[in-house]
Amino acid sequence: MENFTTILNNQTIPVADIPEVNYATFLEMNTGFILSSPERHCVNYFGYPVGNQIKLICCIADDNTHNIHVSSCLVNSADALDSFTARHHCFEKFEREIHENFGVGYKDHPWLKPVRYSKKRFDQSKTIANYPFYSIDSDELHEVAVGPIHAGIIEPGHFRFICNGEQILHLEIQLGYQHRGIEQQFLDKKNLLQRSTLAESIAGDTVVGHTTTFSHVWESLCGIQPSRDIEFSRTLALEMERMAIHTGDLSAVCADIAYQLGNSVLGRLRTPLINFMQEWGGNRLSKGLIRPGRNQFPFTPELAKRLTEVLEAYEPDFVEMNKQLFQLPSALSRFERTGVVSYDDVLSIGTVGMAARMSGLSRDIRSSHPYSLYPEITHEPIVKHHGDVYSRVQIRRQEVMQSMQYIRDMIANVPEYVEKEPMIGSPKPNSFTLSLVEGWRGEICHCAITDNSGELILYKIKDPSFHNWLALALAVRNNEISDFPICNKSFSLSYSGHDL
Amino acid sequence: MFNNLRIVYHQGKQYIRNTATTKVPGIFRGRPVITTEKVNETELIDLCPVNAIASNPVSIDMGKCTYCGECAKQFPNKIRFTSEYKISTNERERLIVKEGEDKLVEVNPETVRSDIHRVFGSSLKLRQVSAGGDNSCEWELNASNNVQFDMGRYGIEFVASPRHADGIVITGPITENMAEALQICYDAVPEPKIIVLVGTDAISGGIHAGSSALNRSFLDKYPVDLYIPGNPAHPLTIINGLLDLTRKKKW
Repeated sequence: MENFTTILNNQTIPVADIPEVNYATFLEMNTGFILSSPERHCVNYFGYPVGNQIKLICCIADDNTHNIHVSSCLVNSADALDSFTARHHCFEKFEREIHENFGVGYKDHPWLKPVRYSKKRFDQSKTIANYPFYSIDSDELHEVAVGPIHAGIIEPGHFRFICNGEQILHLEIQLGYQHRGIEQQFLDKKNLLQRSTLAESIAGDTVVGHTTTFSHVWESLCGIQPSRDIEFSRTLALEMERMAIHTGDLSAVCADIAYQLGNSVLGRLRTPLINFMQEWGGNRLSKGLIRPGRNQFPFTPELAKRLTEVLEAYEPDFVEMNKQLFQLPSALSRFERTGVVSYDDVLSIGTVGMAARMSGLSRDIRSSHPYSLYPEITHEPIVKHHGDVYSRVQIRRQEVMQSMQYIRDMIANVPEYVEKEPMIGSPKPNSFTLSLVEGWRGEICHCAITDNSGELILYKIKDPSFHNWLALALAVRNNEISDFPICNKSFSLSYSGHDL
Repeated sequence: MFNNLRIVYHQGKQYIRNTATTKVPGIFRGRPVITTEKVNETELIDLCPVNAIASNPVSIDMGKCTYCGECAKQFPNKIRFTSEYKISTNERERLIVKEGEDKLVEVNPETVRSDIHRVFGSSLKLRQVSAGGDNSCEWELNASNNVQFDMGRYGIEFVASPRHADGIVITGPITENMAEALQICYDAVPEPKIIVLVGTDAISGGIHAGSSALNRSFLDKYPVDLYIPGNPAHPLTIINGLLDLTRKKKW
């Protein structure tokens, strides 16, 4: 028997099919996967209690072969293990999370800091008020503490800068303020509509991304094959969400460089997109639109006609505004060579989505592990190479145009909808499912495990921000502290998606 | 320069002239209306993911409702969501809509604290605190300030420091990890000050109600001046709510 099993995106397998290996093999094999190719990355690595032990499951995706290698290992909470992180840094946060939740020790992990102070953390004596910040003892340096409440209307998180004059030497980002216990609530709430509603509130800016991932997990667990009209709606909604958020974030970047016109125009251009989502499903942020096994709001030819009008009005304004923004010397001087993260760094910390594509690392689940209608679209990821604010805003501008093209192609051929009973199944017992979706930030991964009776015993959520926050911390090094806002906004990471 | 002017010209006038009477596009799930038709009430109550529906008489608590619309879909003759977005109120009970009633959900000027009109009637500066909010209500609060909704025209703005604020706007179900920061922020706002809850999560905990990771004790200590329901709350609900709280006259 192999030491790992290989699955595809959205595949359900019996838990018993995941080989259980000893820790030395588990460590060698999984770090070996990553070290041997930049096209492999860790999509999820987590633990859950089995008896009085902890079962670790590691999932490594191979972007070339579309396969996902899954393996497992049993450890004890009192163990002091060799860390994966010492071999490759991309496992850093996963191991911190395992340590925080179960107390598992690692001998050579750089620093096992708390990740989010989850309610069920192993060591309850650790509280969010006594986070162990890194500090440097020097008369030359000073620290700047920002948050958890920030100046604007955004989610809470604490940023601790160590600065030499105006220059940032180091930034540490402390999260956890948004922790609502979502993974636990997935187990406590037994009703499918409750769980769908929970998936919608993982990150309110990625409603379609997370509900689509949840729906995929649920349908796969229950053995349901969603009909074409359902797949169509999800793909369309995912691209609409990408367009709307990228437009809004470009507006926010303009605000951070004090370019009022760009801020106003791009800010108002987001409105027709999200208002269209309201016309379609009754909610500007698409809550209530995506449900497992059913087409809640069928996409009609009339809606296609409306959307065509919306895009026709949107495009010239978006193009005109961006043409101006991207030739303004005062804007470019703020974008270019600001907040750089190198290819080596993004590879080492394992960023995903836009935060990988900005530095020449092509990671995009739409092309590497396609789902819904993406196999037909043959998506070409947009990749930049400088890893700076400019690369990130360029990606947003070009992805808006790309998504618009996909949407136009799709709505030229709306699948027929026939009223039918929603498909309701029950989850298979003792099963494991993994689902990957490319949200606008990057790869979203949900995993589920069921018990003998088909009840969920684990629901594991990984938002792309889980990887990408560290990229922001690296981006601001050696930049002026006044450039922090554009660095932050050019990534636009999720606090609630990270804190769960 | 000329390019900028050309863009301004192409944009034309974007603002919504009358934020109290404009129509929202397409379907919008605002204030529900419940008929007196007899239905299987147990089935109806079990359907709701957040226990917002109660029986005898059948009612929907808009402070708990996630506006998923499932009840209206399954029981179209019993429940209908209107596109009415003016649904903010200063009294928690007014958010509970009962069967057979078709009356507005609105601010009751009789019970608004006396200071509020006098002090905040023409200018209101607010400090927003997201305490476990999922970033949907936060997006909509930001949208309230964009060039279309343009809340700033009424003298209502969000400020960076609680020291400059007249009150706090809370979004999210209030997590335990955020409870202390919320308290510190509230304490830093000078008197007189108001508390506004935006969104279902803030008003009742929403889908997260009952989660052990929350700590909502802050709300037991202080009176809430305005409830702005929605999941997330619509910018027009936010703007009209704040205007009605600070400017609606007693008759």
